[in-house]
Amino acid sequence: METRRGARMVIDPKVRQVGFVTPGSELGRPAAPEPPGAAAPVPVVANSPSPVIIPLLLIPDTSSLRTTPLPVPSPPSRRVVAAPPADDSMPLGSYNPSDAILGSSQGSSERTGNNDKHGSAPTDSLADMSLSNASTLAIRLEGLNVTNDGISNVLSTSTVRSAVAAAPTSVEHAFQTSSGQGIIGSVPAVSVDMAAAANPQAGIDPRPMPLKDRTSKAERRAIQEAQRAAKAAAKGVGTDIAAIADGNVANEVKSSKPSSQKKGLSEKKPAVFSDKKPVVSSDKKPVVSSDKKSAEKASEKDKRKDIPAPRMQFDDEQRVAKAKRRSLIEQTEAKNRVELFRHLPQFLHGTQLPSLESKFFHEDPLHPHPSVFQVGLQYLTREIVGGNARCIAMLMAFRDMINDYSTPMEKTLVRDLTAKINSHVSFLITCRPISISMGNAIKFLKTRIASLPVTVSEFEAKHSLILEIDRFIQEKIVFADNEIVKHAVTKIRDGDVLLTHGSSCVVEMILVRAFELGKKFQVVVIDSRPRLEGKGLLRRLLGKGLHCTYTHINAASYAMQGVTRVFLGAASVLSNGTVYSRVGTACVAMVAHALGVPVMICCETYKFHERVQLDSICSNELGDPDALVEVHGRKDVYSLRGWADSKHLHVLNLMYDATPADYVSMIITELGMVPPTSVPVILREYRKVPYVM
Amino acid sequence: MGPIMKFQVVVLAGGMSKKLFPLVSKDVPKALLPVGNRPVLSYVLELLEANNLKDLIVVVAGEDAAVRVGGWITEAYDGRLHVEVAAVSEDIGTADALRAVLHRLVVDDVLVVSGDIVSDVPLGAIAAAHRRKRAVLTAMLCSSPSASTAEAISSTGKDKAKKPSPIDIVGLDTSHQHLLFLASGTQVDKDVKIRRSLIRVVDQMEIHMDLMDAHLYAFNRAILQEVLELCQGIKSIKQDLVPYLVRSQSFGAIASGDTQTEAVGKTPNKDDSGQPQTPMQDIVPLPQHILPGVLHPASLELTCCVYIASEGKYCSRVNSIQTYGDINRDQVAGELVFLTGYTVSNQNNVIHPTAEIGSKTTVGPQCMVGDGSKLGDKCSVKKSIVGRHCRIGSNVKIINSVVMNHVTVEDGCLIQGSVICSNVHLQERANLKDCQVGAGYIITANSEHKAEALSKREKS
Repeated sequence: METRRGARMVIDPKVRQVGFVTPGSELGRPAAPEPPGAAAPVPVVANSPSPVIIPLLLIPDTSSLRTTPLPVPSPPSRRVVAAPPADDSMPLGSYNPSDAILGSSQGSSERTGNNDKHGSAPTDSLADMSLSNASTLAIRLEGLNVTNDGISNVLSTSTVRSAVAAAPTSVEHAFQTSSGQGIIGSVPAVSVDMAAAANPQAGIDPRPMPLKDRTSKAERRAIQEAQRAAKAAAKGVGTDIAAIADGNVANEVKSSKPSSQKKGLSEKKPAVFSDKKPVVSSDKKPVVSSDKKSAEKASEKDKRKDIPAPRMQFDDEQRVAKAKRRSLIEQTEAKNRVELFRHLPQFLHGTQLPSLESKFFHEDPLHPHPSVFQVGLQYLTREIVGGNARCIAMLMAFRDMINDYSTPMEKTLVRDLTAKINSHVSFLITCRPISISMGNAIKFLKTRIASLPVTVSEFEAKHSLILEIDRFIQEKIVFADNEIVKHAVTKIRDGDVLLTHGSSCVVEMILVRAFELGKKFQVVVIDSRPRLEGKGLLRRLLGKGLHCTYTHINAASYAMQGVTRVFLGAASVLSNGTVYSRVGTACVAMVAHALGVPVMICCETYKFHERVQLDSICSNELGDPDALVEVHGRKDVYSLRGWADSKHLHVLNLMYDATPADYVSMIITELGMVPPTSVPVILREYRKVPYVM
Repeated sequence: MGPIMKFQVVVLAGGMSKKLFPLVSKDVPKALLPVGNRPVLSYVLELLEANNLKDLIVVVAGEDAAVRVGGWITEAYDGRLHVEVAAVSEDIGTADALRAVLHRLVVDDVLVVSGDIVSDVPLGAIAAAHRRKRAVLTAMLCSSPSASTAEAISSTGKDKAKKPSPIDIVGLDTSHQHLLFLASGTQVDKDVKIRRSLIRVVDQMEIHMDLMDAHLYAFNRAILQEVLELCQGIKSIKQDLVPYLVRSQSFGAIASGDTQTEAVGKTPNKDDSGQPQTPMQDIVPLPQHILPGVLHPASLELTCCVYIASEGKYCSRVNSIQTYGDINRDQVAGELVFLTGYTVSNQNNVIHPTAEIGSKTTVGPQCMVGDGSKLGDKCSVKKSIVGRHCRIGSNVKIINSVVMNHVTVEDGCLIQGSVICSNVHLQERANLKDCQVGAGYIITANSEHKAEALSKREKS
């Protein structure tokens, strides 16, 4: 996934300016025909959030059909049906340098055409783009999109499997949020990846060009920051792989803050998610050195308050040691950690529970509230899994905690309770890294606490907070799920074959509801090791009397053939439309996309996040590697036993992966069905008022 | 925030135990029976204290015993523990005893500990397992001592005589987390009946004979109260209450979803079907009614869980003369000395500094001599415990025995494999083998006893 993402970055609008073709001349230029059997596809295309609005009617996605080398067999019939107008696809399929420029210049030409609307930041307001000039640009962009897909498919066939192992050297730019609006204008990162390195295109200088006027001051500043970060990043190209892991971190900059300052702040609130993340550039050196300037320290302190801390980077030994001292649980770091994922917490599984248990009755300033402790234990032992369930359990625990809370002497409720919640959250994180949805819920709760008027009595404050929590659960989760079910059920027709992966509670509700409505359909449950969550879903569906097929993910390409719809759950949807979900989702979505099966993601909007993430490396969760080693019921499979003693073997059990927006036909939220490109709109429109909808 | 982690502790200290006759008496209730020169109860209290559980309710059967136990606790633990001693009448079951203190229980969960446990298991782990599963009942199981006992008592064929050591038959699910079946050895004759419906629901059940119910339970308070109030017939925790809860649990959490109905149907009491509802409502948040399956289904179920003590941990109960002897021996055998808190000498024994030992007297390894005791010349003490302020004459041999406090042993006695209670007087050249001698008994000179239980008539 990463590689193809990287590939398209080359067409950063800014990069386009490097070419010798003036925008004006490109404008009218017709698309060049595609040479047959295009050998080296070019990573040409529009920016990731394409303005194309995917029609809500589920027509088999046409975009994939023209791509020559398909990773998965696709039924010929579908291809024929969906064949697009030739000229659209032509120019973009193959590479010759001028084409590349052409392709890219198409994007820029639009911009020149609509300069007044878009300003210079090509990506800054997707919504604007899609709305304002949808009619004129739709076709062209669709064309662009198409090739993009084609290319990405080609690339992905070669690299997707080894995406992790290959460790593409990518040059990352900073991403920036134009925070004022809540929309993310992502200045796409430039990444030169191994597969693409063969391309002549790779030679294009990724350096960002000066942007045009008509931007607000904040925007200009944001751009400046991005450029600065990009430069730093550019220096780091070709450095070691470990650096890349860092560099790939989804970068968001609060536009007004210099990125370099943000290092070193992480331990303050290690994992409270927030909408803006500081840049961690791939080249550490400049950052570190600037960090040490003592002059900046004072100002840093001031800024700590309003800069949300980045996630803890677990490859930073000092911080890890510091965090350990503060945590209640003793954690032993796993041996043989996978190099690329060193920045993620990787502790020996099985060591945490006993240490936590032994502390059960201990009185300790760190000791959390019983309910929170219980929830933490349940997270740790995976007795509560699933985004919604975890979020609800956490909120209920906080509800209990607030209920039992009383403000200590000489402290104010607002501050003390916030601090208390912070410490409880970090306790929960030590049990299991919190999900994005939980991060959003915590943020919500903290804003509620912060916005409590000073005058209210403790009792009233507690009461109102408890009401708020109840309301959040009701509105954001319970009612949202009901709405999603309502929307999604309309997409299920008689005779459908629906496919789902893993076990998503919303999808389950949809299937059950559709069944109750008397729709005739079949379900294919795709499951994956090691957790085999699909079995639970399957059991419950069978209990209800649905017709099901059960298979594992390695049969996905076959199982997909007869499928008409794919319904998937999501842990989070990021603002570039990337769906962050249980590992395997991306694979299923990709297969579905290749075969022209519409992929529908069911996700409540409280799980949306402003972050932009392009890969599954920078932010993820690592499961117990031993889970992969043991095969249930197969004692004879022991080749991996004792892997921890081998220096040469690393076992990686990823929990989540990122599905690029291109594979997603639409996202079903409680606000309706939207294309993945509209996620920023939802974020913008509905986050203004935190949760009153 | 009141009781720590919302757990309350009830210690069932018992009163007079028939099984331990003649070791216990009116003067020495079971709770105060010395093990390693300390009352049995102290081990439990210290275990609780080590786990930071300092608010306890100790239930003692019998007023007199309650006064004695209470007196001892205030003396020994003044300021360290906050203990309420509740007296219940004698001859009532453990569940009745629990029922008597039910009104004092207010928080979410209750830890019920038998007063005769000698153990070092982490209570936190049991409580954590209980909470994690939101279980109705979590029982602690430990590996049954029978194996170790057999080798420990290599001496004679005496364990044939004292056969008992009731075996518990425990049914667990494959993950060893849920308790599916429990029958105590005393109830089981020859065959164990397991309902077919149970097997149908759970698919697989492991039957363990090597595990012992340690009489350490965590209960959900609300359900415990309800069950005890509804079913007055429940007398004993082990024999009635636990099997009842185990039977009534719904197995949905363990096995497939097609469950609950049958479990309810099988329960002896009709109330049971209604029973999960009420208490669950405070536990379970509102969304679940609307969002079935969002939270883990286990949270809705009535489950009984187990905590199996890990191998390295010791857990044993003083509930028979045999186990009493074993524990005393184990203790001095060095394994458990850390529980008593005494320091061990080079010879691997514990001799109190104030004890006086005559010339040519040997105190072997794995022995313990209490403070103020006097041993005459040419004595030999092997694998035995000698209590406080004992007077032991010359040429006495004490082997594999427990001698409690203030015992007078005159010259030339031979004590083997016996338990001798406080204030016993052994006159010259008495010979005891495998005997239990009750408090205050006087053994005449030159008498010889073998495998007898000797005690004063209960007239006094």
